Amino acid sequence: MKSKVYDNASSALAGLLFDGMSIMSGGFGLCGIPENLITALRDSGVKGLTVIGNNVGADDHGMWAVLANGQIKKVVASYVGENKILEQLYMSGGIEIEFNPQGTLAERIRAGGAGIPAFYTRTGYGTMVGEGKETRQFNGENYLMETGLVADVSIVKAWKGDSKGNLIYRKTARNFNPVMATAGKQVVAEVEHLVAAGELGSDQIHTPGIFVDRIFSGTGYVKHIERRTTRPMPVTRSAGEKA
Amino acid sequence: MPWTRDDMAARAARELKDGFHVNLGVGIPTQVANLIPPDISVTLQSENGMLGMGPFPYDDEVDPDLINAGKQTITELPHTSYFSSADSFGMIRGGHIDLSILGGMQVAENGDLANWMVPGKMIKGMGGAMDLVAGVRRIIVVMEHTEKTGAPKFLRECSLPLTGKAVVDLLITDLGVFEIDRHGGGASLVELAPGVTIEEITAKTAARFQDKTRAS
Repeated sequence: MKSKVYDNASSALAGLLFDGMSIMSGGFGLCGIPENLITALRDSGVKGLTVIGNNVGADDHGMWAVLANGQIKKVVASYVGENKILEQLYMSGGIEIEFNPQGTLAERIRAGGAGIPAFYTRTGYGTMVGEGKETRQFNGENYLMETGLVADVSIVKAWKGDSKGNLIYRKTARNFNPVMATAGKQVVAEVEHLVAAGELGSDQIHTPGIFVDRIFSGTGYVKHIERRTTRPMPVTRSAGEKA
Repeated sequence: MPWTRDDMAARAARELKDGFHVNLGVGIPTQVANLIPPDISVTLQSENGMLGMGPFPYDDEVDPDLINAGKQTITELPHTSYFSSADSFGMIRGGHIDLSILGGMQVAENGDLANWMVPGKMIKGMGGAMDLVAGVRRIIVVMEHTEKTGAPKFLRECSLPLTGKAVVDLLITDLGVFEIDRHGGGASLVELAPGVTIEEITAKTAARFQDKTRAS
């Protein structure tokens, strides 16, 4: 059996990229984004991308680099604030943005990965999001039809992974990564700790390896924090002591 | 004297009940987390995939893998659980969250809410707001009663694009509190901020409402 393990981001993306393709990219804000794969995507120079993700990076960070490099044609996202280049591109008509409610986006991806072509949701009924969409009543409530989403390639970030592609995420860095790992025709995962098959507890695995085609150990994680928010240290507690 | 932002958050906190699972929006609603009465237990949900949100971290506890939906660093509690965005919105859309407290730009007398975009300005996106108002059992909106220009924000119909249709149950402003029957029963003024008269709030409101402040 061919190994799923690659040396780095560019070798893991080799042969998968083409102009005009769609890419799902995991993360919420800058939390849990595939940093190494985003940099390799920028360096590849692939163009005309449709990028599906909750956000498109933030000023100077994450998917912003691919955007600033002029590689993105369309964005499918729920929130794109804190991103001046995107704002300029959008206002000048240089990029298309399809806004999806966050839960609808997550469910469209989940459905896409689960082989469900469409579903009904109350979210967005009676708003701009519902314009032009099929509606239907169930038990007296109005629902919108939304379609499942798949991408040519999904790029995801996990905390730990093994050579079979099994993944474990950490805290809120999980977010969109597990659903996106199910909805790419090809799925590339980067992990902070890559181990041999059998070293992750079978009951602890979040994403079963069947969904992951290629995996590698990422390096140089920045994990930029958008809003570092702290509370004052009490005088009775010294640094390092657990709260 | 009208309520301050802190007063409005404190008034919203009085709507919390023991055992509630609650999602708080950004702005004034976030402050509600600091005002939970000590005799009740409330679990805070963050839609990026966390149930059981703790306080902000001390400086040496900051973890970039642990943020809330406002992208602020946060801490976990012993009973915290983490899950994917799809599970998180399953929780929200499926009616498992008891209460959400959100900010607003405009509210209509039938419970319509607009809080995500202003035509002609850069659209940042609705994030999870449309899912929250569509799925959470009870929706409270906390907002200033009028625009800075003095124009009313509690209206017969919203002029801004909607976040949800007939979704608001309670509106808390700096001038008072309105109950809204989102099944067509209209709006009722149930409380006035100290020193605010019925004449003043009526003059600053375009929505039609019944005055129930003297009902009991």
